[in-house]
Amino acid sequence: MLTTAPLDHPPPTGEPRLQLLHITKRYPSVVANDDVSLTVMPGEIHAVLGENGAGKSTLMKVIYGAVHADIGEIMWNGRQVHIANPAAARALGIGMVFQHFSLFETLSVVENIALVIGGKFDLPALAERVKSVSEKYGLPLDPNRLVHSLSVGERQRVEIVRCLLQNPQLLILDEPTSVLTPQAVRKLFETLRQLAAEGVSILYISHKLHEIQELCDTATVMRGGKVTGHATPRNETPASMARMMIGRELPVCHAEPYTGVSAPVLQVRGLTQPTDDPFGTPLEGIDLTVNSGEIVGIAGISGNGQAELLAALSGEALVASDMVRVGDKPAGALNAAQRRDLGLVFVPEERLGRGAVPSLSLTDNALLTAHRQGMVKNGLVNYAAAKDFATRDIARFDVRTGGAASAARSLSGGNLQKFIVGREIMQTPKLMIVAQPTWGVDVGASAFLRQTLIDLSRQGVAVLVISEELEELFEICDRIAVLAGGKLSEAVPKQQTDAEAIGLKMSGLFAGTTHGGSHASA
Amino acid sequence: MHLLEPRANPSVIMRWASPALAVLLTLFVGSLLFIALKKDPLEAFRVFFIDPLNSAYGWSELLLKASPLILIAQGLAIGFKARIYNIGAEGQLIMGAIFGGGVALLFEGTGSSFALPAMVLAGALGGALWGALPALLKTRFNAEETLTTLMLAYVASFLLSWLVSGPWKDPGGMNFPQTVMFAATSQFSMLADGLRLNTSVFITAAAVAAFYLFTKKSLLAYAITVGGEAPAAARYAGFSSKRTVWFALTISGLTAGLAGIAEVAGPIGQLNLNISPGYGYAAIIVAWIGRLHPVGIVGAGLLMALLYLGGEQAQLALQLPAAITGLFQGMLLFFLLGCDAFIDYRLRRRKRRTVAATKPAVPVQEAA
Repeated sequence: MLTTAPLDHPPPTGEPRLQLLHITKRYPSVVANDDVSLTVMPGEIHAVLGENGAGKSTLMKVIYGAVHADIGEIMWNGRQVHIANPAAARALGIGMVFQHFSLFETLSVVENIALVIGGKFDLPALAERVKSVSEKYGLPLDPNRLVHSLSVGERQRVEIVRCLLQNPQLLILDEPTSVLTPQAVRKLFETLRQLAAEGVSILYISHKLHEIQELCDTATVMRGGKVTGHATPRNETPASMARMMIGRELPVCHAEPYTGVSAPVLQVRGLTQPTDDPFGTPLEGIDLTVNSGEIVGIAGISGNGQAELLAALSGEALVASDMVRVGDKPAGALNAAQRRDLGLVFVPEERLGRGAVPSLSLTDNALLTAHRQGMVKNGLVNYAAAKDFATRDIARFDVRTGGAASAARSLSGGNLQKFIVGREIMQTPKLMIVAQPTWGVDVGASAFLRQTLIDLSRQGVAVLVISEELEELFEICDRIAVLAGGKLSEAVPKQQTDAEAIGLKMSGLFAGTTHGGSHASA
Repeated sequence: MHLLEPRANPSVIMRWASPALAVLLTLFVGSLLFIALKKDPLEAFRVFFIDPLNSAYGWSELLLKASPLILIAQGLAIGFKARIYNIGAEGQLIMGAIFGGGVALLFEGTGSSFALPAMVLAGALGGALWGALPALLKTRFNAEETLTTLMLAYVASFLLSWLVSGPWKDPGGMNFPQTVMFAATSQFSMLADGLRLNTSVFITAAAVAAFYLFTKKSLLAYAITVGGEAPAAARYAGFSSKRTVWFALTISGLTAGLAGIAEVAGPIGQLNLNISPGYGYAAIIVAWIGRLHPVGIVGAGLLMALLYLGGEQAQLALQLPAAITGLFQGMLLFFLLGCDAFIDYRLRRRKRRTVAATKPAVPVQEAA
């Protein structure tokens, strides 16, 4: 029977569970994996550490059969294997929890699991197994709930339980904590340790150094498709691991106190917005003030109203006129272009397809929002001015690209983000709104972007940052609020709070949503 | 398993070479077709593509047929870039002809020199209105323009049919469904004796220049492109999608309406049931083969016009059915879309895993 699978496989003593030998995978423009070797023992929690683009994901896809290596071998429990596809990987006992979930929202938990498990279609029996496995590993789940009603953390549980039902001897987790509260992360780690104690090997992909130190027995560090080091995280410092990961010291940000005039630039009062999207989050009575010269952070896990709040602030969605004020003007009823005319700039979470048009050149993408910087006369575009703007953006913000004629899609995530942030900042804004500023961006570029935001705010610009990365918010923000379930907590100075308190608020445990409480901040 | 997988970097050169490739493939399959029909392919191609251009008259006919195709395709290309698919240009052409033709009937017998300019304006207006109607339906009721434009083409065609067999029928026309012939002042003048080519080609020439300038330089054209390539980016930038819908459908209706009045005030000279051999539909192919580019469309329009002429020649010289024209048009579009698909995608090759012989299959030293 499958239910207690992990215990059915006593670890073969001394023999590695998984060995990768000289894996090389070339893509037309890049060598994603260059002679990568890796060994995972039974019951070992093995970290694969590296920046975005280091080749971690490709390597995991090779193991999971989604990508085939050009050169190299895979040894599984001492036998050479050819993993043709993910189904073959699952049959061997390899399970993978993806960063982006692959669940059908309109189906229930057990139906989603049945889709992958195969075998005899017996939902009630499967529901029982789901229940018992989920309880055993501290991942409580109601098998009959519809997926769209689950929180992100619960959805991840579904993915993990789905893997556990399939006898995994190796569980691969790709950046599993990016969507979890600090409390949920702790819970996940307990589960993973329990699995490891039962002999399941775990490959843990992350770029978060402190997590790897807390959880992992061993680490393989990758950079530019190559293995740059092996480490025992407990014996290392975050700085020493960062050096292996990025090849130099971990950059830090500096924030001087703001000394200029502080006046409210963005004022949100009683912002309430129902949603048309059946899976959207309605906003309820949101109050928020962002003053010139400060960075206000909004923590919380995506899906708690982040997308809706951002659209209502940027003007992509319209609300009642006085719910949003930019400067001293009511702006709720203005569209995105009109709000930009008031000095608002916005960097969205999706860079390709929203912040930039993938197929167009950087010159054309500069035009997207910066056309109001004197690039248009009588409806006709001065493309020379746009090219000049793009070229200055590229130089000033250190965008690594072939030039202003390169298509946006040819840039790496970090470089495109630098270009977009640069484009917005070069419009001399009064108010800058940034969503997930460093999502998927490498460590070096992240530090640069954070410092850029700090510098911008110290010039008197009001900056609002929405991010899932708590550490990032604590690093750059002056005040932090939490968005949970469509409600926003009061923004408190970061010195008066900590990750634990913010984590609790992420679960919706705060009382700061009443109007009386938050007007004090205005 | 998917048969096709996206290419990382679609080739820009191939995107422009693809129409040429499509023409070659059409010729190849066309020759198979001729062989199957027991015609000598070389002879057939001579009849199809060379004979029509043997005379000044042939060239005049080529331009005469290319002109409406190019004009309509210019307008359609604007919408196609924004992924707004007006496939009812035929109806807008007919409405342009009806509006312009109606004005011609109003001016009947006045000999006024304002007749033709008024007809051109009315034709543009009629087409634009017929394009604006689907825009209203789309922005207000979210009705798919692909359906509404096509359905309105039938409405226009029935309206024309009712007018020419009812209120506007030529009393001396032996009961044929047609209006009186328009006065000379209500017609475009001929460019040369014995040729049917008329001054309406200058409208097309001006339109090509205007559309070239518009797509190359205007912010609106840029906003339209962004709206088609990445709708979320257009919303993000604050470009109105409704404005794009209105503009794209109205402008393509307008050019189709102009083409309509150019036909009835040109080679036809009256309203009847045969004012267009499907120019409005063929222009869709012209727009795509021209890569939605104002200059590319000129070349594509000439090619498509040659297919019309060749088809007529083939009927006469080779006793082939009239359907041959449609067949060639269809093949051309089919191969073009096929070539385009292989520019953006490639066949997934099922590779056997190759184990490097040079690497020893023993574990190397690993840090545990």
